[in-house]
Amino acid sequence: MNLMGLFRRNTSAPVARERLQVLLAHERAFVGKSDLLAVLQEEIIQVIARHVTIDREKVQIKLDRGDPIATLEIDVEVPTAAAAAAAGGTKLGARPAMAGG
Amino acid sequence: MTTVLVVTSGKGGVGKTTSAAALSAALAQSGQNVVVVDFDVGLRNLDLVMGAQRRVVFDLINVVQGDAKLAQALIRDKRIDTLSLLPASQTRDKDALSAEGVERVIDQLREKFDWVVCDSPAGIERGATLAMRHADAAIVVTNPEVSSVRDSDRIIGLLDSKTARAEKGERIDKHLLLTRYDPVRAARGEMLKTEDVLEILSIPLLGIIPESELVLRSSNLGSPVTIGNPNSPPARAYFEAARRLRGETLVVSVPAQRRSLVGRLFGRRAVA
Repeated sequence: MNLMGLFRRNTSAPVARERLQVLLAHERAFVGKSDLLAVLQEEIIQVIARHVTIDREKVQIKLDRGDPIATLEIDVEVPTAAAAAAAGGTKLGARPAMAGG
Repeated sequence: MTTVLVVTSGKGGVGKTTSAAALSAALAQSGQNVVVVDFDVGLRNLDLVMGAQRRVVFDLINVVQGDAKLAQALIRDKRIDTLSLLPASQTRDKDALSAEGVERVIDQLREKFDWVVCDSPAGIERGATLAMRHADAAIVVTNPEVSSVRDSDRIIGLLDSKTARAEKGERIDKHLLLTRYDPVRAARGEMLKTEDVLEILSIPLLGIIPESELVLRSSNLGSPVTIGNPNSPPARAYFEAARRLRGETLVVSVPAQRRSLVGRLFGRRAVA
């Protein structure tokens, strides 16, 4: 063990490196694409709302980045006439697959 | 063929202007015709760093808006006659830069110079995106420090998506310039190493500029380090980076100041 060993416990560069690697892996995947989800959600709601009455709060959109394909999952609750009185609703699911990853 | 080169970083204070001035002066000293353009509208400083602050009459905005001819706004360096400066406006803001106007000015500069070096403002707003817009190549100036590396990563993303070349599906050459590097602290594990930054950012290394008191001294004096102290370690690093930009293959090293033990103890530089 050399003299440097005495200082080794104070090394912060490896921590910096690891923190950056984790952070950037996340940021690279989401930067520029977080907007895409918001835009998709808004446009999809508009299209559906043109034809059926939906509750804007009951729309869920999820993007799952898998390898080799990513899936876009859109979950829209469409209340039936009866459901307007009672609680609950019919679920209309759409799962178009997005190419790429 | 002219190369339009943007010097950018995202983060402020990492040495964009210092590096743009030092590299431009180094390129110009090798006989190339170089113009360095300050895109930091409203916060111009390249004129001051290059010692030309009292010679500014017209600026980039005047040329972009057609109020002055390009030749009237260009300031030729008094020390190196192949080096010119196109200053930014100090009184206007970035909204005065139009995309078409910038494109026209860059096209005109391409006809006159071998290198058009665009000194980008910090940030990712209009000034920075216009500075990189027409670039063929980019120098990403990074300090071995977490916030600088993160911002550089973001800028690399923009270079790959928002530049004219990227939009045409063409490549833009990106180079990493690591500044304010302290090899002793890096070896002790107190500072990110060159390899760490390279691995994280994955762009080729143009040069490593060692931390040096001479860099502050040169901006104090308005004389880029490659003009005022051409044999100093930071100047040597900039000269080597300039040669790599011109296509030479050189092994990257960290130029060091030779210090004797006595010099080290008393904090004085030994005779090099």
